[in-house]
Parts: sequence; C-alpha cells; structure tokens
Amino acid sequence: MENQEIKVQVNHLTKRFGDLLVLDDVSFNIKKGEFVCIVGPTGCGKTTFLNLLTRLIEPTEGEILIDGEPADPKKHSISFVFQEPSAFPWLTAQQNIEYGLKIKKRPAEEIAAQTEKIISLLGLEKYRHAYPHEMSVSMEQRVVIGRAFALNPDLLLMDEPYGQMDIKMRYYLEDEVVRLWKATGSTVLFITHNLEEATYLAERVLVLTNKPAKIKANIEVDLPRPRKVSDPEFIRIRKEITEMIKWW
Amino acid sequence: MSNNTTKLPDGVADSIKIEVAARKKESRQLLLISIISVAIFLFLWEFAVRIGWIDSKHLSAPTTIVETFIMKLSDPNPEGGVLGTHIATSLGLVLVGYGAAVVIGVPLGLLMGYYHTFDKLVSPIFEIVRPIPPIAWIPLSIIWLGIGTTAKAFIIFLAAFVPCVINSYTGVKLTPAVYLNVAKTSGASTWEMFWTVSKNYAMPLVFTGVQVALGNAWSTLVAAEMLAAIAGLGYMIQQGRLLARPDIIIVGMLTIGVIGAILTFLLSKLENHIVKWRSRS
Ligand SMILES: Nc1ncnc2c1ncn2[C@@H]1O[C@H](COP(=O)(O)OP(=O)(O)OP(=O)(O)O)[C@@H](O)[C@H]1O
Ligand SMILES: [Mg+2]
Repeated sequence: MENQEIKVQVNHLTKRFGDLLVLDDVSFNIKKGEFVCIVGPTGCGKTTFLNLLTRLIEPTEGEILIDGEPADPKKHSISFVFQEPSAFPWLTAQQNIEYGLKIKKRPAEEIAAQTEKIISLLGLEKYRHAYPHEMSVSMEQRVVIGRAFALNPDLLLMDEPYGQMDIKMRYYLEDEVVRLWKATGSTVLFITHNLEEATYLAERVLVLTNKPAKIKANIEVDLPRPRKVSDPEFIRIRKEITEMIKWW
Repeated sequence: MSNNTTKLPDGVADSIKIEVAARKKESRQLLLISIISVAIFLFLWEFAVRIGWIDSKHLSAPTTIVETFIMKLSDPNPEGGVLGTHIATSLGLVLVGYGAAVVIGVPLGLLMGYYHTFDKLVSPIFEIVRPIPPIAWIPLSIIWLGIGTTAKAFIIFLAAFVPCVINSYTGVKLTPAVYLNVAKTSGASTWEMFWTVSKNYAMPLVFTGVQVALGNAWSTLVAAEMLAAIAGLGYMIQQGRLLARPDIIIVGMLTIGVIGAILTFLLSKLENHIVKWRSRS
C-alpha cells in the first residue's frame, strides 16, 4: 500500500458558516483504491466535509485536489451516497442505476453492460423494473449504492448509508459494499457512527474531534478479509478506536 | 435475506383474501343502494311533474328530457343545431383554450420554479393577474379580440392558465435538495438537473393543476359562449332559456356534465400512465 499514487489530497481545509467554525485546518491524503472510514461525533462536520469534496459548498480556506487537480464533479467521476434516502422515485431500480452513466453520456453499450453488472452483483434482477415506493428501505439503499458504483467512480463518498438499517441488513450490505469495492477498484470514503462498522470495512480509519472538526487520529486496519468481529485483533483495533473517542 | 418485499406468510395471505372478498361484497351493496335512491328520486320527480305539483314550464319530467335528448341527436330545432354540433363546437373551443393554457402554462410554471431570475421577472405580473376571475376578462377580450372564437378561447385559456402555472411552479419549488444534489454530484448541468430531476419530481403536482385547469376551462365555457355564438353547449342553454324550454336547458347541462366527467377520466388515465411511479395507498 506504501507507494501507491495519491487520489485525494486535502490541504488545510477550513469551513465556516458565518461565525460557526465547522472544519478547522484539516489535511490528509487518500490513496488510489483505498477504503477509508471517517468516524466522528454527531454534528462535527462530516457531511459538511463531503459536501466540500463534491463542491456542493465552497471551502472558506484550503483546497481539495483529486489527481492533483481541484475537485470538480463535472471533471472527476465522484459518486455520493447521501445520508437520506435518495433513489429517484420516478425511476425504476434499473433506471436509477443507469442515471449517472447517462448524465456522463457514456456510450449505450457501456451503460447497458455496466448496469447489468451492477444489477447482478446486487442480485436485483427481479426488482429491476420496480419503483422505489415498491421497495423496502434497505432495497432502496442498495439501488442507491448500485447507482453510485455503476459510475466506476474515481471516488465514492458514502455518508452513513446504513444509518437507518437493522443489524442483519447492515452486515449484509457491509459485505456487499466490500464486494463492490473489490470488483470495481473504486476509492471509497465511508462515514459512519458505528465503530464496529468502521473497523469491519476500512483499511484506514480517520477519527475526527468534536466541532470544529480536526483529525484526532489516523488508524490503519491491516486485517485480512473477510473480517471476523470476534477475532481478537479485530477487537483490539475496535477498542483502540473506542479509546480515541471516549470524550465524545 | 434479499427477498424482503414480496413474501407473506400463508395466514396473512388468507386473511387478505377474506378481507378483499368482504370489501367487494360491501361495495356491491353500496352500489345497489345508490341505484335504488336514484330511481326513487327520478320517480318522484316524474310523478311531481305529471300531476302538476311542478309546472312543466319550470322543470321538465325525466321522460321528457330523455325524449328531447333523443330528438336533439338529429333535429336542429328549436335552437338551430343538433347536439353533435354543439358538442363539437364546445369541445373545439375548450381544447384550443385549454390546450394553449397547458402548453404555455406548464413550461412557464416549471421554469419559474427553477430559475430564480425568471421567477423574479415573471412573478410580479403573474401575482397581479392571478386573482382576477376569468369572466372579468370578457369585456376586455371583446375589445381586443371581438366576439368570435378567438375571444372565447382566450377566456377559457385564462381560466385554465393560472392553475397550470401555480402547480408546476410549486412542484419544482418542492423538489428535495438531496435529489438535486445527486444530479449535481453526478456532473449534471443546471439544465440537466432541471430536466432529469425537478421536472419529474413536479409531475404529480403538474397533473393536479392540469386537472383543476380542465374543470375551470369546462365550467367557464357557458360564460364564454354568452358572447354571440351560433352553436355550442353554452349557447344551447342560453337559447333554452330564451325559448322557455327547460328540457333543452337540462339536456345541455347534463351533456356538459357528462363530457366534463369523460374528459376528467381520460386525463386521469393519461396521468396514471405518465406518473406511474407515484405510490398509491
Ligand atoms: N448550510 C449550513 N449553514 C449553517 N450551518 C451549517 C450548515 N450546514 C451544516 N451546518 C452546521 O455545521 C455543523 C456540522 O454539520 P454536519 O451536517 O456536517 O455534521 P455531521 O457530522 O454530518 O453530523 P451527523 O452526524 O448528524 O450527520 C452543524 O453544527 C450544523 O448545524
Ligand atoms: Mg451528516
């Protein structure tokens, strides 16, 4: 992992909303193909950080570079799985998955092939023509995740995607996201409150402080996959992260 | 694990079947009650006119109305046109005025909802025009457009235009930010965000507006056809009054009602086809 090229470079990023300082001089790098989890207390600025990455909002100071260039959703292929449900209700599962590819004006054959690949990876064949209102919350979220991965994004941002889900569905989707990550080679930035989830998924965990957010710790999780939550080494790392955030 | 939407335990499926059967039976009974009450009402009406409780100059008996209806299918007398001519004239008028209102009003409302500058530009004028009832435009319409078909279609246009604009506008304004953000982070341009997100999100509300507009258009018809007409359902009613023929008036009224209902039905079919993604519970 050492001499891999850098995908995302965050330099002295600061964000204020009026007088409210949310992000305070945050700097770090993400390597190409890396799976990074960000954990931090409620309201510390996690969503704000992702919004900055995708230029939904502009930074007060600092810069974000992707492949050495300022981040730009028009140029870079970035996918965002938002915290709230975001499957387009007027599109079927399949059309939702095709959406980003169509916006990017990829060739028709590529759109078809990529969509099929994602549908079969997610086992959505039976539901390809279903609308979101006909799906359960977890099914809808799988469609959203499929839509994000379909783009083969340079960078995939996931903002507590499993926040609303029960533990069983969560385990299942965690494995699924790892599978998609492996299959597509995307760089993933995954935000969660759940430390076990972070330890299970990440190659590296960034721990944020209370607002204004700074990076409190950077913890490598060098465990083989599939990981076992009962593995002593797993438990040790999870405890280590828990120690970091006792003060939440 | 993945199959969490369709499968129901057998017991549940059975009780759903029983429930559905019970509902069907109930709705058959309700239908029967409705038919009986309508029959009694018609019978009393007929009876009251026949024995002279109600003057037949004021209200015709149901059987007379049916006779007049059948006669009007082929006989242009007394007011000068067969029913088919009146219907065709009125439908033509409404479809022109209403069609123009939908074609202009919906895009206008959608764009007003989406583009701030456009909104600021058009909203003030629209807010002034909005509360004026369509029939108040009749005198000006006559000055501008005379008393021909154009003036009538214009009045119908005005009646239908306002709900088309307002609902389309509101639909776009209500688009949740997260959908727009999905489009934006996928790299969509401002126009693509409008076209692939806001426009679609607004569609159910657009259709509600288009339905309301149809009702407005159709009910403004009678007023519009007060402008010198030689045919049309509104004209037929007016003539019925001048000729003191309540049967003609009622045939005209019922035709207006039935056609209005048919148009509404057709529109809701179209809506179900276009907005089939909407959840109906
Ligand atoms: N547009 C905005 N204007 C003003 N303040 C904002 C805005 N967006 C976020 N904030 C504030 O910034 C802080 C961080 O918000 P943010 O949504 O990034 O937190 P978060 O870490 O994602 O929280 P959660 O864990 O609840 O998702 C909060 O105090 C919030 O009130
Ligand atoms: Mg958040």
